[in-house]
Amino acid sequence: MSQLKVDPGTRQLIIAGAPKKISDFDKNALEEAIRVKEKLGGIEILTLTVSSEDAKAVLREALAMGADKAYLVNDPGVQGVDTMGTAYILAEAIKKIGQFDLILCGETSLDSFSGLVGSRLSEMLNLTQVTFVRKLLIEDDNILAERALEDVNETVKAKMPALVAVTREINQPRIPSLMMIMKASKKEIVNWTLSDLDVQREKIDPKIEVLSVIAPTMERKKIMIAGETVQEIAEKLAKALIQEGVVGR
Amino acid sequence: MSESKGVWVFSEVYDLTLEMLSKGRELADKLQTELAAVLVGEGVQQRANELIDYGADKVYVIDNPGLEYFQAEACVGVLHNLAVDHRPAVLLIGSTRNGRPLAAKLATRLNAGCVPDCFNLSLDEGKRMICERIAYGGNAVATVTFKSKPQIATVPARAFEKSTPQNRSGQVVKVEVKIEPPKVEVVERKPLETSRVKVEEAEYLVCCGRGLEKKDDMTLLQGLAQVLGGQVGCSRPLVEDRKWFSEWIGLSGHKVKPKLYIACGISGVIQHVAGIRDSKVIVAINKDPEAPIFEIADYGVVGNLYEVLPALKEALQKQLQ
Repeated sequence: MSQLKVDPGTRQLIIAGAPKKISDFDKNALEEAIRVKEKLGGIEILTLTVSSEDAKAVLREALAMGADKAYLVNDPGVQGVDTMGTAYILAEAIKKIGQFDLILCGETSLDSFSGLVGSRLSEMLNLTQVTFVRKLLIEDDNILAERALEDVNETVKAKMPALVAVTREINQPRIPSLMMIMKASKKEIVNWTLSDLDVQREKIDPKIEVLSVIAPTMERKKIMIAGETVQEIAEKLAKALIQEGVVGR
Repeated sequence: MSESKGVWVFSEVYDLTLEMLSKGRELADKLQTELAAVLVGEGVQQRANELIDYGADKVYVIDNPGLEYFQAEACVGVLHNLAVDHRPAVLLIGSTRNGRPLAAKLATRLNAGCVPDCFNLSLDEGKRMICERIAYGGNAVATVTFKSKPQIATVPARAFEKSTPQNRSGQVVKVEVKIEPPKVEVVERKPLETSRVKVEEAEYLVCCGRGLEKKDDMTLLQGLAQVLGGQVGCSRPLVEDRKWFSEWIGLSGHKVKPKLYIACGISGVIQHVAGIRDSKVIVAINKDPEAPIFEIADYGVVGNLYEVLPALKEALQKQLQ
């Protein structure tokens, strides 16, 4: 996120040059899936993404971390879809993939922080949904999850299949070793376009319209206080604050 | 099909409902339509008249034993049924950790757009709702509108101020609906402790961010706050990531407007900045000369807060004598 740049003239955010990577939240979701697999065994981890651009490099990273197989819905028609369209395409891709026990996703994405796609997906697939999960336990076909809410921690139980959205605190995602990266190059990435799915084009028309994305400004004095010693700086600052009239009157 | 009209608000958090009623009233007046609140819970009927005093023209009450705590499926079902029957043009949902998924599920059932975490709402000439929200990790404000109805937005706590209650008249509608059973069983609920210090009312605030190395080092800030007669606070990472404190200053936490705000070791992402922008004077102390906090500060010091804070405390004590 630190590589985003602002055009000084318009204060429009320049997004084109920003590197595409797995969002931190999604990494947590993948890491949790890998941990469940390591503990219970006999599980296949599939990773799925929808993109208007070639996102294979991102999926390779997921495969290197420990996913078994990746699916990419790559189609220029995906450009400009909103959370409704994204969830719909994901839902159709999941229907095509077939059976699953658990869908893990990040709580939100780092770029837009909208956090809507997982919930929309659960609704479209008529799935039980558990959000803001900071601790996950799987017993038989039940999930036991600790949810972090504003003023309460909730422990909940639900039957699988289910969709679980994890928070960043649930785990520390692993960094793949060179060996894992090499092994990942042999894993399969299934490449679909929208025509491979049962997607009705009018259903991906966006419901919302982004009018502008602008870095805000705020008028402040921006006076930097420097000095030879910390004491000198502190005295200058104290004096300025007293002169400003905010302190000591 | 009849035209969509009406502005509705819903939150499982009562105060947030009142805050949204205040903004909802403004939108409903401009749209020349009615403002309705949806009240869901157990033993909530008695509060319906108060919601009218806070601006609602109509209150739909779903008072049901077994709805003591928030249930996602029940609320989605109730709101969906009501919205299909009455076709509101605008739905404002409280942006809590339960409310956001609820809004997304409801929007999906209604085949509608949803804009989360709006800190400002207005209308364009075509009476479409305009939403402002923070995007790109706090680096930008996105302005978003809708291409279809209903227009669903979620609103965080403290984005809008409650209006003063007035003696108003309105309609209370008791709704009898079948409640969708929960798909998730709550096994345990552990309330978190929250402090009761009102930072909103502080005249002087000394706050820290990631630059604070240990929780106990908060005493350094307290020392300076004492000299000023103010309070201390922190930014979101110390709550969310490090779990040291329970409340933070920022757009999603407490919005403050002290006479003097001293930000120590706070980088200055816009969520934080948006929560302090009404401060009269902002001082930033940070080791990183490139930290964005300096862009929005009146006075900046590039330095280690562990050295600057004690020195500033001493200098103020000396000069204020």
